[in-house]
Amino acid sequence: MADQEPDGSASRPLLSLRNVNMTFGGVKALKNVSFEVLPGEVHCLAGENGSGKSTLIKVITGVYKPEAGAKIDYDGQSHAHMSPVTAQAGGIQVIWQDLALFPEMTVAENIAFQTVTGRWPRLVNHAEMWRVATNALQRLGVTLDVDLALHNFPIAQRQIVAIARALVGEAKLVFMDEPTASLTQSETDYLLDIVRNLSASGVAVVFVSHRLAEVLEISSRVTVLRDGALVGVYPTKGLTQSRITELMTGKTFDYSVLHRDLSTSSVMLEVKGLSRPGEFEDVSLTVRRGETLGITGLLGAGRTELALTLFGMRKPRSGAVVLDGKPVRFGSNREAIAAGVAYLSEDRLSLGLIQPQAIADNMVIASLDKILSGGFFSSDRKRSLVSGWIRDLGIKIGKQEDAVSTLSGGNQQRVAIAKWLATEPKLLILDGPTVGVDVGARAGIFDIVSKLADTGLAIILISDEVPEVYFNADRVLHMAQGRIVGEYVPGATSLQAIEGAVYA
Amino acid sequence: MRRFVRSHATELALLAVIAVICVFLSFATDRFFTLGNAFDLLNTSSVNIIFAVGLLVVLIAGGIDISFAVAASVVQYLTATVLGWIGGGNWIVGLIIAGALGVALGSINAFLIQRFRIISIVATISTFNIFFGLLMFFTGGVSIYNLPDWLTTRVVLFEREMADGTWAEITLPVLIMALCVFATWALITRTTTGRQLYAFGDNPEGARRFGINIGAMQFIAFGWLGLMAGIAGLVQAHYAQEVVPNALYGRELDVLAAVVLGGARLGGGKGSVLGCILGVLLVSITQNGLNLMGVSPFAFKMIVGAIILAAITLSNPSIERLLPFPKSRRAAS
Repeated sequence: MADQEPDGSASRPLLSLRNVNMTFGGVKALKNVSFEVLPGEVHCLAGENGSGKSTLIKVITGVYKPEAGAKIDYDGQSHAHMSPVTAQAGGIQVIWQDLALFPEMTVAENIAFQTVTGRWPRLVNHAEMWRVATNALQRLGVTLDVDLALHNFPIAQRQIVAIARALVGEAKLVFMDEPTASLTQSETDYLLDIVRNLSASGVAVVFVSHRLAEVLEISSRVTVLRDGALVGVYPTKGLTQSRITELMTGKTFDYSVLHRDLSTSSVMLEVKGLSRPGEFEDVSLTVRRGETLGITGLLGAGRTELALTLFGMRKPRSGAVVLDGKPVRFGSNREAIAAGVAYLSEDRLSLGLIQPQAIADNMVIASLDKILSGGFFSSDRKRSLVSGWIRDLGIKIGKQEDAVSTLSGGNQQRVAIAKWLATEPKLLILDGPTVGVDVGARAGIFDIVSKLADTGLAIILISDEVPEVYFNADRVLHMAQGRIVGEYVPGATSLQAIEGAVYA
Repeated sequence: MRRFVRSHATELALLAVIAVICVFLSFATDRFFTLGNAFDLLNTSSVNIIFAVGLLVVLIAGGIDISFAVAASVVQYLTATVLGWIGGGNWIVGLIIAGALGVALGSINAFLIQRFRIISIVATISTFNIFFGLLMFFTGGVSIYNLPDWLTTRVVLFEREMADGTWAEITLPVLIMALCVFATWALITRTTTGRQLYAFGDNPEGARRFGINIGAMQFIAFGWLGLMAGIAGLVQAHYAQEVVPNALYGRELDVLAAVVLGGARLGGGKGSVLGCILGVLLVSITQNGLNLMGVSPFAFKMIVGAIILAAITLSNPSIERLLPFPKSRRAAS
């Protein structure tokens, strides 16, 4: 612990950074950035992917050393750079986007892991661990079976475990990196309550989120970064979502509903009474050529299960699927791909793309037959196909040979889209295409989706963010507990009405 | 109970397989279900169990080691030589020398992995060849029979004469094995270092962010395996009453299979001492049973391979679906 307590006056910052510079491989990740957090405030750090938010957090938590000249004042002490040990000892805790939890270990061990760190071996005090873990959960007002291995819990509860872990460290300053990215609306509300409680108990919270509605709701000040440089620090009062977006991207966007005339367009997909007991029941829907059908609903409503069934990865118990006039029954997703169905997974990081492999290889993986030349793999053909997609989708990359993991979220999603376009699909299912993608890049992805629809592709867009389907789909289906419970046409029904129905 | 079943599914599945095999062998042979045979099994499995608990620590930390068995051969040779120089010694001195040499060889692996960022399988395949190559080169493949008396004298800790006049005996290797098992169990489940090893194997990046010393983790894991391998080497020399340079060559794969069978995950973060022991026992019980049944030794490898496959399929996580109480959808209470 630092031996000085903050004096509690709001004028004196808990953390203050000046002249922070960071360079990675010749690229300036942070340019002369300064940043300030007051004790107990909820401060939002906003910026697009690649704007330097994560780098800044890593500088503050001691993962990275900033270039010489930086000055970090934390809790009354000055540092040229932090180290993970001093940061943690000083009460700086981070809830990383990937949570940094240990899936095979128990909830208690995950929360109270700090009790077993340290250089010198000691005996593990299981009783202490248990006590610390249950106390932390109690502070959050949560009950979990702390003796169960973490991998048994869904992601929302792992998030809670990560927050509980931060509390154990006698936190004074907690960073939350995209804490709500994989949470449903009610879980998000619950999390925001927890953040308010933390703040009220004197813990400063730095909140990073791509969901600007949350940012406006929870924070008192917003620091905006763009391309590694500070844009400014703004009081949240008086900011709007579009203003933040403008500050983050330096561009203006307009939001309007689609107005496409699809009355003459033929039906591409017809689903009748599709059921998989326990997952979804009696689902009927149609999608026309050139139409984007939005499906929204809370996490666990059966949206992803439905998508996977249409993609041939699960077999329906009953019901029929007609694709492009032909009844289909897929035995596997290979058959579905061959029939013209493409599915963009919700979990791009682990399922959608092969992160360590080259961008070009990822793009051609679902359509390898197209780059064969006389039965052999043709590098030239691959190169020319890939260049075409990179141009068409406006993907920003260094080299085709770079690993996918080097790209930002938005660009990764474009690579994933390119992968499926390469299979020349008739039906494209996008499941949560903007999870972990920032505002500017989202608009770019929906531009692409809209252009694809105009070429006659039928698109199913699944998202738990109602505005996303509202502004980007021709029709919106509301799914709840495995059933379609509502159908809306954006414009004819207001966004608030649909949100009211979905989040009720 | 339910939680125990869920967190020990692999161990329970292995126990069930072992029980089935034991019941079968008890009826199929006269000799299997005797105290003498049970003790024999323990005596002969001791060396492999010591290796196995050592390897377990490396697997938990997310590594793998191919070199430990030939490292044990190197340790045998060097220990016999050093004991010759100092003129005899005793068990304590012998174990200290063998353990220290083992730690040194294990540390070479850790050094290569940590300093040069070589992945552990490649690093240890290299050291496997280097250790074995050096050993064969310098010894010319010649065995040592001239060992100190204390090392070649059987030490019987417990004996009982059976009705048929044979002796059921527990010998020193079993005691040493028990100590190694206990020490490893205590290390990985009862010390903070052990929990750090699990965490490091489970999520290296997460562990790093907690400020855990990654290099230290590698040295502890490979050092511990080295220590166990050194001890196992000396015990094996005692058991065989000679030091043959290629006696342990190939043992690494048997032990690796047994440890993975016991539920340790290649990739880290998972594995238990109990599972490890059961894995070794399953293999040795099978071999023992085949022996007693008079099956041709040429068929052993094939049958053992099949048993390993069957057991690993049974202990697959998907087997949880067959349990009487299915995994609940919401684990929160």
